[in-house]
Amino acid sequence: MTNSYYFINVIRFTLLVLVQVLVFNRLNFFGFINPMVYILFLYWYPIKENRPVFLGIGFLLGLAIDFFSDTMALHAASTVTIAYLRPTIMRFVFGVNYEFQSFKLSNTTRAQQITFLALLVVAHHIIFFSLEIFSLSNLLLILKKVLFTGSATLVLCLLFGSLFSVSRE
Amino acid sequence: MQQIANFIIRYKTSLLYMLLLFIALAFTVQSHSYHRSKFFNSANWFSGTVYSASSSISSYFDLDDENRALVEENTQLKRLLLNSPVLDSVELDTTEINYTILPAQIIKNSYANPDNYITINRGKRDSVKQDMGVITAKGILGIVEITSNRFAAVQSILNTKSTINAKIKNTNYFGSLTWDTKRYDVVQLEDIPRLVPLLVGDTIVTGAMSSIFPENIPIGTIKKFDLNASKSFYRIDVELFNDMTNLKNVYVIENINRPEVLQLESEINNQ
Repeated sequence: MTNSYYFINVIRFTLLVLVQVLVFNRLNFFGFINPMVYILFLYWYPIKENRPVFLGIGFLLGLAIDFFSDTMALHAASTVTIAYLRPTIMRFVFGVNYEFQSFKLSNTTRAQQITFLALLVVAHHIIFFSLEIFSLSNLLLILKKVLFTGSATLVLCLLFGSLFSVSRE
Repeated sequence: MQQIANFIIRYKTSLLYMLLLFIALAFTVQSHSYHRSKFFNSANWFSGTVYSASSSISSYFDLDDENRALVEENTQLKRLLLNSPVLDSVELDTTEINYTILPAQIIKNSYANPDNYITINRGKRDSVKQDMGVITAKGILGIVEITSNRFAAVQSILNTKSTINAKIKNTNYFGSLTWDTKRYDVVQLEDIPRLVPLLVGDTIVTGAMSSIFPENIPIGTIKKFDLNASKSFYRIDVELFNDMTNLKNVYVIENINRPEVLQLESEINNQ
């Protein structure tokens, strides 16, 4: 059981990185929108995680994307941050429920899942674009990029989420 | 002592997060300097191999357009060749060659970020070195920044760190070419003094000050110009000849005299 869990996560990691760098980094929708679907990895990752390991994996995921897209370590910084914030966000969205043993993402309502994903995406994009542009004088540009890229990421993540949903029992 | 240990165990996640964030920021800040980090670039063999595999598939889809562009370029060169005065023999003197040219193909293009890098399929193995110029048939593209054995990462002119010496064609008024990250088909030419007569549509070419590019490589045409805040220099929007979103075949240029020029310049600076 645990073995297949590792296996699924390794496959997911590899596929998401490849899809991100080979397809979505080249999308350039309207000239600048490149959705970052690899965030789904952090959304799908098991709830009962070992936090330090989860942080490490988040860092590696970001680094793997950086490796391909010449963005220094920007993806790594923003991904490790949302990996760190994930428990806080989950407590905010799902309430105390999520600390119970029987908690499953698939048992929550659609609205909760979308809020959870949206918060992850917004946090990630704000950090990513502020670091990338790195000047407050371009605040509008940052906000524009967060808004447009963020909504594209959210829509695509939701589509992917329903395409490859974890089987419900 | 035990309290310190307790503290570390208690906050181990936060401390780990701080550490990882610090590592990431350190890499980012360090690579903001001119010579970027050796590890984070798409020219390393692993990402280079993945990109060239994907490019070898996707390049079939625009083979037609690429062929048309190459034929156009050939036609232009033939026109130049046939219209130049005919010589019955051409003397080839290797001491008079200033530039060597190497064909290359783009395997990864990017134009939507503030700092764009392009990866090409030539590297150290083909004697591509840092600070060699990269051009296409239509105009300039960027400067080689980092090389691996088989690949090279090119700093595109669509990069906030890029400054290239450029001038107005047929004059000697030069300025530096920068990018304000707003549009991928428009770059900015700065430091042209206000006494220079300008017209919308004037051609901008590379200047003679650069030890990287030959003089008179086309860049683009003037789209719009206005005076900057100090009212003494123009700030010119230049519309690029290249369509930066659709590029495949490029040429890497090496200036053979560059080491000599650099040495001379460093001697002046040392005095």
